[in-house]
Amino acid sequence: MKKIIITLFISLIVTGCVTATIQPDYAKAMLELLNKDFVSKGPATVERIVNQDSVQHFCSIYNKSRSEEMSEQITASQLKTIKYPSDENYIGNWEEGEKIAQNGRGFQSSDPLGGVNGGNCYACHRITKNEISYGDIGPSLYNYGKKHGNNEKVYKYTWAKIYNSQAFTACSDMPRFGHAGILNEKQIKDVMALLLDPKSPTNQ
Amino acid sequence: MKLIMKYSLTILAILVAPCVLAEGSSSDEIAKYRELLADGNPAELWEMRGEELWKKKVSPNNVSLERCDLGKGPGVLKGAYVELPRYFEDVNKVMDLEQRLIFCRTSIQGLSYEQAVSSHFGSVGNPSDIEALVAYITSESKGMKMAVSIKHPKEMEAYEIGKNFFYYRAGTHDFSCATCHSSDKKRIRLQELSNLLNKKDAQKTYATWPAYRVSQGEVRTMQHRLSDCLRQQRFPEPKYASTTMTALIMFMAKNAEGGVFDGPALKR
Repeated sequence: MKKIIITLFISLIVTGCVTATIQPDYAKAMLELLNKDFVSKGPATVERIVNQDSVQHFCSIYNKSRSEEMSEQITASQLKTIKYPSDENYIGNWEEGEKIAQNGRGFQSSDPLGGVNGGNCYACHRITKNEISYGDIGPSLYNYGKKHGNNEKVYKYTWAKIYNSQAFTACSDMPRFGHAGILNEKQIKDVMALLLDPKSPTNQ
Repeated sequence: MKLIMKYSLTILAILVAPCVLAEGSSSDEIAKYRELLADGNPAELWEMRGEELWKKKVSPNNVSLERCDLGKGPGVLKGAYVELPRYFEDVNKVMDLEQRLIFCRTSIQGLSYEQAVSSHFGSVGNPSDIEALVAYITSESKGMKMAVSIKHPKEMEAYEIGKNFFYYRAGTHDFSCATCHSSDKKRIRLQELSNLLNKKDAQKTYATWPAYRVSQGEVRTMQHRLSDCLRQQRFPEPKYASTTMTALIMFMAKNAEGGVFDGPALKR
């Protein structure tokens, strides 16, 4: 009798274990497939997509729901990545900034290696009055400088937001332009000018 | 001849369309434009060529594709597309339409894999047999409801892998499919984005592919559409008809369940 009970008990544990381990790991299966199913082309490499950084990994899993603590951990870690301009000069040329905001090139498999990257800001933001072909995934930035003013605090925040948007919003949809090496320091200065220079059409 | 006349008119309309579009540049204008072309979708030319290709005997085995089983039995086309992707016992795999066509062209007609996938995305002077076949086969499901199954464990696996891929953020820009396709009524520039997690939106989008793309002058398949999406997502190039793409198609097709299939459609 005792033997039967023990056997029953063991078999229960075993079945329990089996059901627990039988749940397939789809995320792992998908990752293995990525290596097989994609080919590097131009600046878009397989290596880059299979090696997510910790933020990408986290935001893939917790795409919509995550605790506040988790979000705070991300923003704190991303804030540390920001490099402010070496010469402490934040504002470049707004006309160059406008070109960057219009340009959607860069890092696509169809783009040349080592080409000039754009910021493609208009894909998601309204910025100037004249450009009516703008997207609305991000907030309107029209009159950004007028609304926020021209001071060191605004400069530092705006710089940081462009450099690494996730320093403020965990799992933001916005690319981390500086951190990911999409835009260089000079280009970020020019985009800053587009947003903040009183002469820029953004503030007209 | 009459047909050529009809399409000359269509092409004329297409040439005029940019002027129409430039005025409003809104979805309303595109809707009007679609109406203009409603009874003349050039995709019909692809459908006709696809039908010929389906029935044509091809060497080395000198047989047509009429013995190809797309899931409803050999040669049955009606309703086959709305149940794809699906699990196929003969290969112990889930396949989408394009993978299944490659399988039939190699296993039944005796083509090599390279021959079976050659010019899968057509261009001027280099028409794609696959795009024509897909146009024909899908047109046979017009008016039927999308009804893919995820009952078989392999179908479930494809769905779940597709779902994981949909949310997978990676690459230089941190983009996933979900970045652009998980909220209602968003736009990139002036292009409206579909929310593929919203049933109605997913149905409307999924059930209108394949489509004749005016900007490209070709009928494009789902595999082509996804390749182009992934390029803009800054992902490397997906291999044609790969397992990952079928998984993503499975996820999208399931989300579009119940939507009335209305392809091959006409798109910008």
